Amino acid sequence: MGLFSKKNKEAFNTPLFKENPVTVQVLGICSALAVTSKLEPAIVMGLSVTIIVAMANVIISLIRNTIPMRIRIIIQLVVVAALVTLVSEVLKAFAYDVSVQLSVYIGLIITNCILMGRLEAFAMANKPWPSFLDGVGNGLGYAMILVIVAVFREFFGTGALLNIQIIPQSFYDAGYLNNGLMLMTPAAFILIACIVWYQRAKDKSLQE
Amino acid sequence: MKFLRNYLNKIKPNFEEGGKLHAFRSLFDGFETFLFVPNDTSKSGVNIHDAIDSKRIMSLVVISLLPAMLLGMYNIGLQNALAAGTAETTSWFSMFLYGLLVMLPKIAVSYIVGLGIEFTVAQWKNEEIHEGFLVSGILIPMIVPVGCPLWILALATAFAVIFAKEVFGGTGMNIVNVALIARAFIFFAYPSVISGDTVWVATESICGFGATVDGYTCATALQYVANGQEIMGAAGTALSTTDMLFGFMPGSIGETSVIAIAIGAAILLYTGVASWKTMLSVFVGGIVMLFVFADKLPAGMPIWEHLLLGGFCFGAVFMATDPVTSARTETGKYIYGFGIGAMTIIIRVLNPGYPEGMMLAILLMNVVAPFIDYCVVQSNVNARAKRLTKKN
Repeated sequence: MGLFSKKNKEAFNTPLFKENPVTVQVLGICSALAVTSKLEPAIVMGLSVTIIVAMANVIISLIRNTIPMRIRIIIQLVVVAALVTLVSEVLKAFAYDVSVQLSVYIGLIITNCILMGRLEAFAMANKPWPSFLDGVGNGLGYAMILVIVAVFREFFGTGALLNIQIIPQSFYDAGYLNNGLMLMTPAAFILIACIVWYQRAKDKSLQE
Repeated sequence: MKFLRNYLNKIKPNFEEGGKLHAFRSLFDGFETFLFVPNDTSKSGVNIHDAIDSKRIMSLVVISLLPAMLLGMYNIGLQNALAAGTAETTSWFSMFLYGLLVMLPKIAVSYIVGLGIEFTVAQWKNEEIHEGFLVSGILIPMIVPVGCPLWILALATAFAVIFAKEVFGGTGMNIVNVALIARAFIFFAYPSVISGDTVWVATESICGFGATVDGYTCATALQYVANGQEIMGAAGTALSTTDMLFGFMPGSIGETSVIAIAIGAAILLYTGVASWKTMLSVFVGGIVMLFVFADKLPAGMPIWEHLLLGGFCFGAVFMATDPVTSARTETGKYIYGFGIGAMTIIIRVLNPGYPEGMMLAILLMNVVAPFIDYCVVQSNVNARAKRLTKKN
């Protein structure tokens, strides 16, 4: 089987759109609501999850034949917890401000349903390379939604992107106001709902 | 009238299938049925046609809102004159004209944005135009402060129509009150234009009417109550109970005048559009809660005066009784209304950040209303089942 065979491409592509973990499977919603009020933490969170899912998928896939079925959840958790701790320490060392902003949510990646879901559903039954692609695809699918939501929330909520002021002062002088609702958690719900709405309107196979 | 009918008949073919103005058929249809009772008959099944359809109901509600709106317009001018200190020299007519000039753009924006979305959706889904926005469109400008900018009003209307109504399936399918969602949107997204002490009195002169007052501040009566201060009017003197009854005080445009709202309530009750059970129980709920919190209320203010202030009466008469979002069972209406009244006072008394609680109380009970109905129906089912088993 080639490195980028049709099946492998599918493992990478489907979680990006058709099986998107946030908008179709509705997983990882809590962190999508919590870290998206600004773009920077959303990007970091998306990347962290991508790295962790991909690595955990590879590791579990490598040892999948030696894991006893009865204690597989515990083993998966140990792998994920180790990776999360690594990422958390790296963030603290090199991006302290962001890690403070993300606070508990990096640690809570352990409980992110996307991880356990991919490990159980894909890594336990597939070879390392497809598992890696699947992990990266799911992570990026998650990150994509986070970034889209965060762009809207930060832009309309604070008039800035990545903390750089985009909307000029002259707009504010003319009576423009930042939308405070965008900084509240319900806005993330509404925006994710809009993305789900758009996606289902486009893709007939997703309509129930 | 004959000539209008003939004219409509003449241009009608343009809007039918294949006509050159087919794209605007829902607009034509909405306008035609607004003017004339449609003479379409049902094609299947047995149907009962009542003389009063939803267009007539909506028109009745709009008519009952008129007194509150006209008095609100006059009040805008009066508050402006009081703020400028020219109340003695300004005639009531120029006050009213000033209020009209302030109010008209708001009504226009609300209707254009809301109906625009409704027409687009109706056209897109190939449905008839729903008439629900007739009422929402006039309610929205009446429940915002006079200082609310037009673009925020437009944004809030669009948000409310799309997310509170169209996504649920249009008129009659909404879970929460559309006009209140528009207000809640402004309340959470742009708190500075709907609270505080600079937005409740118009301070800009328009077309020579009214006066421009710089750096003027005056809070709403409820804000003064929440701060434990004496209630001040726009002129800087204490408000009398008569002012509160007639509504000559700063506040959202339509909500201030208890007398005008009472006229509206009389129309609604006489025509049977609104339920007296809901209205009454809102007031009962409010009064009960006021007695519960009697020791937390500011001293020296009669308890019933709390019901005159803010949006309590307006909400009880025009918002709580919305047939779509309120409870539908007869017993449920008592519970629903009581919940609104009680919740309003709880929010007013216990939450220092929100001097007014009517909006949030109604929205909360809107969400609970289906559950109330379910419980009422279910308890009736259980009671009857019990009766049946007892007999055997």
